[in-house]
Amino acid sequence: MSNRLRHFRQSLTAAALAAALAAPVALSVPGVAVAQERGGTMNIIVQPEPPILVLGLNQQAPTQTVAGKIYQGLLTFGFDLTPQPELAESWEVSPDGKVYTFKLVKNAKWHDGKPFTAHDVVFSTSKFLIEAHPRARATFSKCEKIEALDDHTVRFTLKEPFGPFLQSFEVSSAPMIPKHIYEGTDYKTNPANATPIGTGPFKFKEWVKGSYIHLVRNDEYWKAGKPYLDDIYFRVIPDAASRAVAVEQGTVQQTQFNDIETFDVPRLKGLPNVEMTTKGYEFFAPLSWIEINTRNKPLDDKRFRQAMMHAIDRKFIRDKIWFGLGRPATGPVNSVTRFHEPNVRKYDYDPKKAEALLEEAGFKKGADGTRAKVRLLVMPYGETWTRLGEYVKQAMKRVGVDVTLETTDAAGWVNRVSNWDYDLSFNFVYQYGDPALGVTRTYVSENIRKGVMFSNTMGYSNPEVDKLFAQAAQTNKDEERQQLYSAAQKILVEDVPVAWLLEMEFPTFLDKRFKNAVTTAIGVNESYDSVYMVKK
Amino acid sequence: MPRIALFISQRLVKAVFVVLAIAVFNFFLVHAAPGDPAAVMAGEAGAADAQFVEQLRQQFGLDRPLYEQLGTYMSKVVQADLGYSYRQQRPVFDLLMDRLPVTLSLTLTAFVLALLGGVALGTLAAMRAGTWSDTAITVVGLTAYATPIFWIGLMLILLFSVNLGWLPAFGTETIGAGYTGWDAFLDKAKHLVLPVTTLGLFYMAVYTRLTRASILEVRDMDFVKTARAKGLPEWRIVSVHILRNAILPVITVAGFQAGHLIGGSILIETVFALPGIGRLAFEAVLQRDYQVLLGIFLLTSVVVVIFNLLTDLIYSLVDPRIEVAP
Repeated sequence: MSNRLRHFRQSLTAAALAAALAAPVALSVPGVAVAQERGGTMNIIVQPEPPILVLGLNQQAPTQTVAGKIYQGLLTFGFDLTPQPELAESWEVSPDGKVYTFKLVKNAKWHDGKPFTAHDVVFSTSKFLIEAHPRARATFSKCEKIEALDDHTVRFTLKEPFGPFLQSFEVSSAPMIPKHIYEGTDYKTNPANATPIGTGPFKFKEWVKGSYIHLVRNDEYWKAGKPYLDDIYFRVIPDAASRAVAVEQGTVQQTQFNDIETFDVPRLKGLPNVEMTTKGYEFFAPLSWIEINTRNKPLDDKRFRQAMMHAIDRKFIRDKIWFGLGRPATGPVNSVTRFHEPNVRKYDYDPKKAEALLEEAGFKKGADGTRAKVRLLVMPYGETWTRLGEYVKQAMKRVGVDVTLETTDAAGWVNRVSNWDYDLSFNFVYQYGDPALGVTRTYVSENIRKGVMFSNTMGYSNPEVDKLFAQAAQTNKDEERQQLYSAAQKILVEDVPVAWLLEMEFPTFLDKRFKNAVTTAIGVNESYDSVYMVKK
Repeated sequence: MPRIALFISQRLVKAVFVVLAIAVFNFFLVHAAPGDPAAVMAGEAGAADAQFVEQLRQQFGLDRPLYEQLGTYMSKVVQADLGYSYRQQRPVFDLLMDRLPVTLSLTLTAFVLALLGGVALGTLAAMRAGTWSDTAITVVGLTAYATPIFWIGLMLILLFSVNLGWLPAFGTETIGAGYTGWDAFLDKAKHLVLPVTTLGLFYMAVYTRLTRASILEVRDMDFVKTARAKGLPEWRIVSVHILRNAILPVITVAGFQAGHLIGGSILIETVFALPGIGRLAFEAVLQRDYQVLLGIFLLTSVVVVIFNLLTDLIYSLVDPRIEVAP
């Protein structure tokens, strides 16, 4: 018992500390104490337009940004990925790592006035999300029991310890869903999906499809005196050049993720009325790579893939294609997330080494100077990726590999990559704060599933790696996990199942009058209950 | 008159079959594209498992054999039911009706202004062929015709919106301003100026060139000389004798274009962030939102068929030598 209590206190202290450390990033006026006043309207770009706003049913990036103001999770995360209280005011973890008990805030209410209770949490995690949310399904199916001990206490009992269980309570990973609206209905076709009801600081008001989504202040919000803003408009502006103009003109006060094409970033950075930050993406920490179909020749040869790593200049890609955004990746785990291992085989940019490796593997130059031919299916996610495709073609040409570029649209891309009909492609996936949530899925043989996107579409299989990832997920002792993940990373970097490119960074542009926007590792997806506007 | 009635009714009967054939053809066309809406949504979510995709396919009815899907679709079409967009969770008809006012206020305004302006400028240029005003009109027309439409749009935004600050750059209204009555109308009109100008310039260039070429052919014909010899005033010669004979090609093109007005303009609606049908269609293609796409195709084909009929009728009004024949 005393042991449990100590754990409880530790987690409380950690939470309080994290909350204190999570001061707003670079957005405060030095020396001047500004009162956090009520009022103000914020216009934020949303692109592409989300299909629906029920976060439990759709987790597209733009949906998360909008719905993150409407729905809430039990926890949120500081920049260093330590858990912080949200709908759960405290939590305790049993020493064996199998039992998690959350104490919920007592005064939270749904937007329709009904109280938020432990029964909503049980319904969300054991019924709704398990059916509708792929990531939550993977997590909560590890639970043996989910039960409400009283109206404000929930207990999760796991079948076996799961390292990143706390990370699974972030708002997009496990948004809380109102039981009284969804219980016993067909979740996907419930008419209430048109008017989302959450516990968050902003309520859904109106959605003019193709134009804007209007959220208004929730006057009954459970944190006293918050939020400060009266309205948030999410504006749909489909053309990238027009989005840049909207920032320049001050029509919108915030952009995030890929809203601004990388080549516009240097220009917008110079504007007097906005500032840019790359913080607030730590929880997602996307990593980009060249996806390699290891079933196809010549890509089945490890030396060929290693040669690719040497042939491609990641620094050039960062500086000239991403205009300085991001860091050259060294392996499968983003260095801002947990359990990154820096001591792995290094692949510096060296075309000579690449050619030596190709020679060694028996890819001799033909009469036309070509060693091998491969196809590259360019990811249809904007101009930047097209430019990357052109660069890769040139870089590989330099070492004697002829790359044919293929283009398609989003549906065609998903269709071909998920059905293994490609040689090379690009991809980037979110890491969700922990390798067990965002990294494992790409490399373990268990996840080689035809027709499923973002699985192990490369067909890479290494029993040693499978074992390490499995062991690392089944413990919640950080030291032990670090050792296992380090070992896995060393093998992966040697094997090159994908050719890692960049630890991606996204630019968030913010009007300087708005404060407190980016305060946690989920950045723009945060509830914005403490964002306020300085009126001049 | 019964002759015309017969003509119209026969054409309408034919039109029904044409539209149904188009609907079947469209169905196979949209299903021929690689991928499906479930794959797109899985791609957008950034995470997926087999169950997620399976559920979506079931919900969208994509797990049924293709002929069965076609049967369901056609039986709905004959009942004038355009189907349901599972992605947007709304009936397709409602989605179209939401977008139609924006598209029509853009395309109709641009079309009417372009038609009037184009015919006037074309006439002016042709009657003064070889002078500086002809050269000026021709050069401007050619430039407007040859320049990519989105580029013109962006340049107009830069000039009138960013640099001069006279006109709003995007959207259909000032969001959150809460205007009513006359103010609301003015606000909407202001938002339309740049997109209408951009689209109108392009249309106008087409009509100007067409009218000019056509008039140049007609203006030296014998009946024009006769009219002049009779001592008719110049404006009457131009409007009654020349223009009426030269206008037929313009009507052909205008009729063709009018049929497409309802389809909106993808580029203009994208650059100016207008929530119109063009963008709906474009996004539906990318998202493989079959029902929405089929709905737009069907609506457009119906309108095109109707306008073809109207064009034929107008021919006979303008030029009595052309008769309608069933």
